[in-house]
Amino acid sequence: MRRSRFPFIVTLAVLFFFYLPIIILIVNSFNASRFESGWQGFSLMWYKRLFHEPEIWRAAKNSLLIAASATAVSLIIGTTAAIALHRFARSRLQRFHFGLVYTPLVVPEILMGISLLMLFVAAGVELGLFTIFLAHVTFCISFVAMTVLARLQDFDESIVEAAQDLGAGWWATTRRVFLPMLLPGLIAGGLLAFTLSIDDFVITFFVAGPGSTTLPIRVYSMIKYGSPPLINALSTLLLVLTFTAVAASQTLSRSRR
Amino acid sequence: MRRESRQKIRETLVSFPSLFWLSLFFIVPTLFVFAIALKPANPYGGIGSGWTWDNLRSLVSPNYLAVAWRTLWISLLSAALCIVLAIPIGYYLARVTARWKGFFLMLIIVPFWTNFLIRIFAWKVLLHPEGAIKKALAFSGLIGPQTSLLYNAGAVVLVTVYTFLPFTILPIYAAAEKFDFQLLEAARDLGARRLQAFARIFLPGISRGLITAVLFVFIPALGSYVIPDIVGGPSGEMIGNKIAQRVFVDRNLPQASALSVVLILSVLAPLVTVLVLQRKREKPESLL
Repeated sequence: MRRSRFPFIVTLAVLFFFYLPIIILIVNSFNASRFESGWQGFSLMWYKRLFHEPEIWRAAKNSLLIAASATAVSLIIGTTAAIALHRFARSRLQRFHFGLVYTPLVVPEILMGISLLMLFVAAGVELGLFTIFLAHVTFCISFVAMTVLARLQDFDESIVEAAQDLGAGWWATTRRVFLPMLLPGLIAGGLLAFTLSIDDFVITFFVAGPGSTTLPIRVYSMIKYGSPPLINALSTLLLVLTFTAVAASQTLSRSRR
Repeated sequence: MRRESRQKIRETLVSFPSLFWLSLFFIVPTLFVFAIALKPANPYGGIGSGWTWDNLRSLVSPNYLAVAWRTLWISLLSAALCIVLAIPIGYYLARVTARWKGFFLMLIIVPFWTNFLIRIFAWKVLLHPEGAIKKALAFSGLIGPQTSLLYNAGAVVLVTVYTFLPFTILPIYAAAEKFDFQLLEAARDLGARRLQAFARIFLPGISRGLITAVLFVFIPALGSYVIPDIVGGPSGEMIGNKIAQRVFVDRNLPQASALSVVLILSVLAPLVTVLVLQRKREKPESLL
């Protein structure tokens, strides 16, 4: 039977659609022109200018601080959630628990942002880095829990039982068998939480206070009011960073196997 | 009996951190939204005392209704376009050899490692009056020199499709991967035309993936805020923009809450429908 070429053509067209804006953005970051009207020669001036913007670096520092702490806390809470969901799977409490962990994944971000804002306003908590941290932990928990849960469901329970049968105590089983087997899930969940936290704009925007600017908030105000070429340069830089990070984590996980 | 109660205590202990955190920072805040929607605003941008229906009543204004209607059609159209594009891609990925599959999946995911804001900004640049697309279209005579590609509902749909298309490709591809393509050949052998076999055998075969894919665009699109904010302009405003305006422009938190209540209910409606339909057939976890 002759296969239609139509699906292939659509795939190519969509890939073009996916890459077009990003390629134009990267090319423009090396454009000497101030406006996006035509090529005026290769230049690194926007990158140089970037290093003289202390606001950006302060925002980046805030973002890293929040991402690191939110990842640590959500990793603990998300992992205990996954263990509970896995071990006591059929109980009534866990059915409610699963719903509670799952729902934040499907709720639009703006709803989580506005509801947390209402909580903080009603409770009289001052908005700032701390409220951003609380919000980030909240949405990261669900992603960590789902990632770790998938890993738990994949692995062979009989190995844990075998360790116990061979005389290993609770602590030895946990440390020598359970945790090493869980590790890939923990790494994946942690990386996911970190990226989500670094990238989040909508929820952060609602619960941020004066002086608690994160990198995405800074990028947003640059898009709204700033100079486009500077954002092009910053975006290209972030792109290179993400690519190296993902490539590194992929090589790491490959060499582990 | 004793063993069972010990088991119960262990379960409670392990579940406690997440149950506590998500109750405090997810359930309680949602209840606050509902409560504050029934409170009056005070002149200092805070929440007044007493209870009122005014916030909810004021939603029935022509202005808000127009925005609600636009939110609905933009989300529906974006979901429809994503599905139409994702079906042939999922079909193609499921049939191509393993090496090419990995390569194409990688190519699809990579652009979305970039920050969400930056991707929207890239489109703003592209659609700009001085941008490449506008110039090409004007040059070819497809649009007049005065037509604006930016700051309208069309731009919002375009960028929404761009943002959520990968999330529709993946579930459709996952479903197509499990589909038995010999069924298509059988249908052809029995005399079905190509399109007939596709519509009556393939599409029903991947229906679960299709439903997940639709939800993955439709629900976040309903709550869109950044996309219409950056490329939509006044004629592309959605409910999310109205919520943000009430919070950041005129600091009317009760009014923002009332709008959020509408958004919560409109997000729940399709979700509950699908969950109920799926529970009838199988276990609900399979939505992911």
